[in-house]
Amino acid sequence: MSTVDWARLQFATTSIYHFLFVPLTIGLAFLTALLQTRWHRSGEAAYLRLTRFFGTLLVINVAVGVVTGLVQEFQFGTNWSGYSRFVGDVFGAPLAMEGLAAFFLESVFLGLWIFGWNRLSRRVHLATIWAVAVGSALSALFIMAANSWMQHPVGYTLNSAGRAQLTDVWALFTNPVFIWGYLQVILASLVVGSVVMLGVSAWHLRRLSSPDVFHRSAKIAVAVLLPAILLAMVVGDELGVIEAKYQPMKIAAAEAQWTTCQPCSFSMFQIGGGNGDHTPTKIIQIPHLLSLLATNHWNGKVIGLDELNAQYQQQYGPGNYVPNVFIQYWSMRVMAYLAVVVFLLALWGAWLLWRRRLERSRWFLRVAVWAIPVPFIISIAGWMLTENGRQPWIVQGLQLTKDANSPTVGTAWIVTSLVVFVLLYAVMGIVDWWLMARYARRELAPDEAEPAPEEAEQDSQALEFIY
Amino acid sequence: MTLAEVWFVLIAVLWVGFLVLEGFDFGVGALHGVLGRDEAGRETALGTIAPVWDGNEVWLVVAGAGMFAAFPGWYATMFSAMYLALILLLVALILRGVAIVLRGKQEGPGWRRRWSAALIAGSVLAPLLIGIALGNLLRGLPIGSDQEFTGSFWDLLQPYALYTGLTVVVLCLLHAAAFVGLKTVGPVHDRADRTGRMLGPLAAAVVVGFAAWTLATASPGAGGWIVALVAVAAVLVAAVAIGRGRDGLAFGATAVTTAAVVGSIFVNLYPRVMVSTTGPADDLTIQNTSSAHYSLTVMTWVAGVLLPVVLIYQGWTYHVFRRRLGAPVAATPTAQIPSPRPAAEQPAGKHRTDPGRTHARDH
Repeated sequence: MSTVDWARLQFATTSIYHFLFVPLTIGLAFLTALLQTRWHRSGEAAYLRLTRFFGTLLVINVAVGVVTGLVQEFQFGTNWSGYSRFVGDVFGAPLAMEGLAAFFLESVFLGLWIFGWNRLSRRVHLATIWAVAVGSALSALFIMAANSWMQHPVGYTLNSAGRAQLTDVWALFTNPVFIWGYLQVILASLVVGSVVMLGVSAWHLRRLSSPDVFHRSAKIAVAVLLPAILLAMVVGDELGVIEAKYQPMKIAAAEAQWTTCQPCSFSMFQIGGGNGDHTPTKIIQIPHLLSLLATNHWNGKVIGLDELNAQYQQQYGPGNYVPNVFIQYWSMRVMAYLAVVVFLLALWGAWLLWRRRLERSRWFLRVAVWAIPVPFIISIAGWMLTENGRQPWIVQGLQLTKDANSPTVGTAWIVTSLVVFVLLYAVMGIVDWWLMARYARRELAPDEAEPAPEEAEQDSQALEFIY
Repeated sequence: MTLAEVWFVLIAVLWVGFLVLEGFDFGVGALHGVLGRDEAGRETALGTIAPVWDGNEVWLVVAGAGMFAAFPGWYATMFSAMYLALILLLVALILRGVAIVLRGKQEGPGWRRRWSAALIAGSVLAPLLIGIALGNLLRGLPIGSDQEFTGSFWDLLQPYALYTGLTVVVLCLLHAAAFVGLKTVGPVHDRADRTGRMLGPLAAAVVVGFAAWTLATASPGAGGWIVALVAVAAVLVAAVAIGRGRDGLAFGATAVTTAAVVGSIFVNLYPRVMVSTTGPADDLTIQNTSSAHYSLTVMTWVAGVLLPVVLIYQGWTYHVFRRRLGAPVAATPTAQIPSPRPAAEQPAGKHRTDPGRTHARDH
């Protein structure tokens, strides 16, 4: 493996890991804010208990999310200085905005929320969790604006030194890839958060631990999950069309479509189909479906990988411009198939709720617990589809990944740091997962009333809640 | 003043702000075992930073992202040249960040001891590495005419840079002693005072050495002299004030010292951003590493609008948590023996009535 390959492996490993925590943070922050709002409106103690219960899971999760995000920010400079030099003028701006507009908001108000229970008025305290939720969603907004620029660069010129230079900042935020990609990320985060909330609630309902309380969280989770997964599928479809327009390789590779077709069918499975195998055995072909997914037209044309590659060679010089087809094909299917599974789960839950049988349906509750990992796999597969499909470009059409790494950083350093991160992340992952599971299975604290202000005045520590 | 110069100042302010704020977080992390004799005391010490450390750390994130956006050439050269040091810094920051949050999530001395060890290691290593990195910016690293680093890892370990690292660590410890003195009452406060009295003279000596070495290294202008004098004056005030009941003055003085020490690096760098030992022609400067005018304009607007807002709500956080924290006079049995339910599971609405815990009072 070359130095660039190691650097890519490091980036892929650390960003996939980071992305296990990001959508859960966004989703859980929103759901916790929702629970606290319901408590604020209704005054029912059950919602206060749920707020604290799921808030604790949020806090444990944020800790790991934040520190792994730091690694991502540093890595552009340490491992990809060629890239940083080339695009810093454009790519750095949304990154800096993320820090100023979003990350400060999220971090400062999370501290206020955790420790502010007895010190802030109820209304202000409610506002702090909403600030956390908005901050985490804004964070994703700026990161997606930066990422979308790599998929479809807009609003820039190349200066005399051959570097990208920002000319229109609004273009970054009106980039169609950004708009649809961002919607997709937010919806996917709501899916992750609500599936986790549903699964945890189901675990408790099965054991009849505080069923009157967890019944409510299960209900809210289903109410968020059903529209979120439905919209995520619609938005994902539109995103596919946009990507097919700007990054035709990405979509052609997702079907392992080597020859141009019109109309094009979608295969459910295939045997073979790596980059060396141009005639994989496709199984169960659905006519016209690929045309629909890629172009929104019944008889749409999808240009094959071979033709695209020849076209790119003419445009950008000799080289191989086809991404890893095997990863592309399967990450797309894993994402799509599991999304359908989650959608069916949401439908089932909604039907049970309507029949008022959710808390008694042993099978549903069992499946809901098992479903917890599914949305995480979906979001990882989604990122693999997006980022692998961009290769061999780091910025589509502008810079190749092989020209983007740090020229002065040798393989040995990268391998060393990769090993360090993998070990550290593994330990953190195990501890985090174990703690989350432990706290998720904990019985609810007994009924509690809100502390009276004068009581709070005397509270010297008030740190019991989380720390 | 060009926009690029504005951004140089902003980056300097972000680094200074980061070390003034996170400096006491680092110090409290490193000293929490010393400041709290028992678990309750350690909790009190950590309680002083618990609500704010995460927000403080964002200053680093914004400083890094600001360099990326405003000076991509600087960011690319510095971060790739200091590769191993920065990876180690990340490890340190990860360890301590996770440790602060997870330490209290389980009962049991083994769990707490392990996370405490991680917290101490991370809290010492992080400021040390940041200091070494800042020292290297001013002392210079081998950089070629293509702005690429031409040296090896060992070039980072030059005496001036190591000494800068040491200075930053010592300052973080003193700053933390002053902060905990300001934020607590009872035995933790007393231990912070005692620690501060011991650290004061040491820090004064270290800062005087740093100021002298910096002046000898940098051929400073008037600004360089002023900031060096401020650093020395402030650390002397801190050394005198700390442990003598002047909690507010002591903390103010350690904050000024930290700001002056970190600021002196940037004051002496100007108009360079990173010195090249290959030759002055290869120095990285504000001019030859900055982004173009349009990009800087956009960012200036964004920072101009948002930074004051951030300062207001972050300042408000400190106001909300302004009360001093107390701790038992001596180790009470309740602090040692695990309660039936872990602390984190206590409903916050029902306060534990540990007889040993004194009530907080406003200051």
